[in-house]
Amino acid sequence: MANGAGPRLGEKARKTLDALRERYPTSEALLLPALHLAQEQWGGWLPDEAIEAVAGELGLAPAKVYGVVTFYDLYHQEPVGRHRIRICTNLSCALRGATEIVETVADELGVEADEVTPDGRCSFTGFECLGACDIAPMAMIDDEYHGPLTPDAVRRLIRGLE
Amino acid sequence: MAFEPILTRNVGNPDVRTVAGYRRAGGYEALAKGLATEPDELIEQVKLSGLRGRGGAGFPAGVKWGFIPKGNDRPKYLVANADESEPGTFKDRVLMEHDPHQFIEGCALCCWAVQANTCYIYIRGEYVRQAEVLEVAIADAYREGILGDNVLGSGFRLEMQVHRGAGAYICGEETGMLESLEGRRGQPRVKPPFPAVVGAFGCPTVINNVETLCNVPHIVSRGPEWFKQIGTDERNTGPKLYCLSGHVERPGVYETAIGATLDELLERAGGMLGGRELKAFQPGGASAAILPADKRAVPLDFDSLAAEGSMLGSAAVIVMDETTCLVRATRRLAAFFNHESCGQCTPCREGTNWSEMVLDRIEAGEGSAADVELIRRICNNMGGTTLCALADAAVGPLRSLVDTFGDEVEAHLAGGGCPLPERRYFEEAARV
Repeated sequence: MANGAGPRLGEKARKTLDALRERYPTSEALLLPALHLAQEQWGGWLPDEAIEAVAGELGLAPAKVYGVVTFYDLYHQEPVGRHRIRICTNLSCALRGATEIVETVADELGVEADEVTPDGRCSFTGFECLGACDIAPMAMIDDEYHGPLTPDAVRRLIRGLE
Repeated sequence: MAFEPILTRNVGNPDVRTVAGYRRAGGYEALAKGLATEPDELIEQVKLSGLRGRGGAGFPAGVKWGFIPKGNDRPKYLVANADESEPGTFKDRVLMEHDPHQFIEGCALCCWAVQANTCYIYIRGEYVRQAEVLEVAIADAYREGILGDNVLGSGFRLEMQVHRGAGAYICGEETGMLESLEGRRGQPRVKPPFPAVVGAFGCPTVINNVETLCNVPHIVSRGPEWFKQIGTDERNTGPKLYCLSGHVERPGVYETAIGATLDELLERAGGMLGGRELKAFQPGGASAAILPADKRAVPLDFDSLAAEGSMLGSAAVIVMDETTCLVRATRRLAAFFNHESCGQCTPCREGTNWSEMVLDRIEAGEGSAADVELIRRICNNMGGTTLCALADAAVGPLRSLVDTFGDEVEAHLAGGGCPLPERRYFEEAARV
């Protein structure tokens, strides 16, 4: 299947996966790493062709891959912004103003949660505990943690995104 | 007396992120000592130390290691649990960020003790930077002969691999984690068989939390007797990282002997935020029963908290002041458990959903007296009836809301809704 005409993972992703193969006793175990790589390649989400590419690469049924994708919060089945903002809304952040941070981000971007701004720049979502209650209220912007946030601080961070 | 940090002694010293720097701070001496010790003797030392799992369940680590069958007919694995997803918990993040080699050394010692040649570090997907820190440290450890075919010249082979999760609380559960590692949905397995017999890829597997493993080098270096005299009693031993968050002046990780009281931790954290009064606290993360302020002098250890009907869990101490509505706080946790239930077992899938809905309507002033009874029924239906402990975790705060803070629920029912509107922290600050 991997050599068929279907969509394929990029060369860099395939090389990374090849290096990982010897680290695991099964190729199925490469599924989470492969999905992370595919999501990077497809601009932060996993359209059907990305799922097919991963399935083909690992010799798995696309339905199985799809089932895994739907289970995990970090895999997206809809387009996301170039910058992804995840705002922690769990208790420790809620006790320090997370609701106001969510409202501020929605106001700044002019979209609701899980919508993408018309220019494709940003999308945001409320997220469960990100393991950073020491900097509550906090948010993860792309791969970086930011906190403690204020409404002004989060507006400045968003305006600084390209 | 100030507690001399053990697990966090290298926090703030960026030098220790390399093998060379970690060695300058005394690192990897325990590994050399451990490799010169018989594996069974090492397991015995960890048993003697009384070290109990720091991930939530508090199971004795040495006993867990002892369950691994002897002999080399099948591969054995260590899966280090770095999934840290219990709300309020961030200690493992700090340990991995600041002292990755202490963690690697603990993993290596565990692997030697149970004769596992492969260690996977399952780290939550959101910890991208922490995974990078570990990968850099592991690469360095391979170069320096700490990992690979011949660990410190002992002839012992050890491979170590960071495996990133993808956002699912349930993957912190041992068998959910194994499912996820193997490339599947993180749905917990039926037990028995336990992972020590049938774990990762069908082979004997130890699963230990990051903090648990970080204790091991110190037990090997300084001996189980030294370790045992730290703490409340012989069942609650060693140093402990407490994650203080919520309404405290300086949220953060505080290391002390296990068994600190909330008052002692608050003193170190600069007291209550804005000098307000304590109303309630969760001593062990989102899964722990909420305790009222008058429990502030209870030693925060496994057995003292169990005696209070709560638990130490991951030692995530979430502090709530007098302005906090406990119905809203519990509702927030109920929403979390509803979101994170894997859906496999009906009592949990339905119970977590219903508990969020019922709390929603109580908070909105649409609840009735029958709802309190309904919550109790949901708790009874969920507790102990499912494959894993997520449903029991969801029951923790829920039951304490109706049992300990019933008057607050009554006030919602009598007054047509919440008497404590959600605070607008930043608007308040702007007005001052």
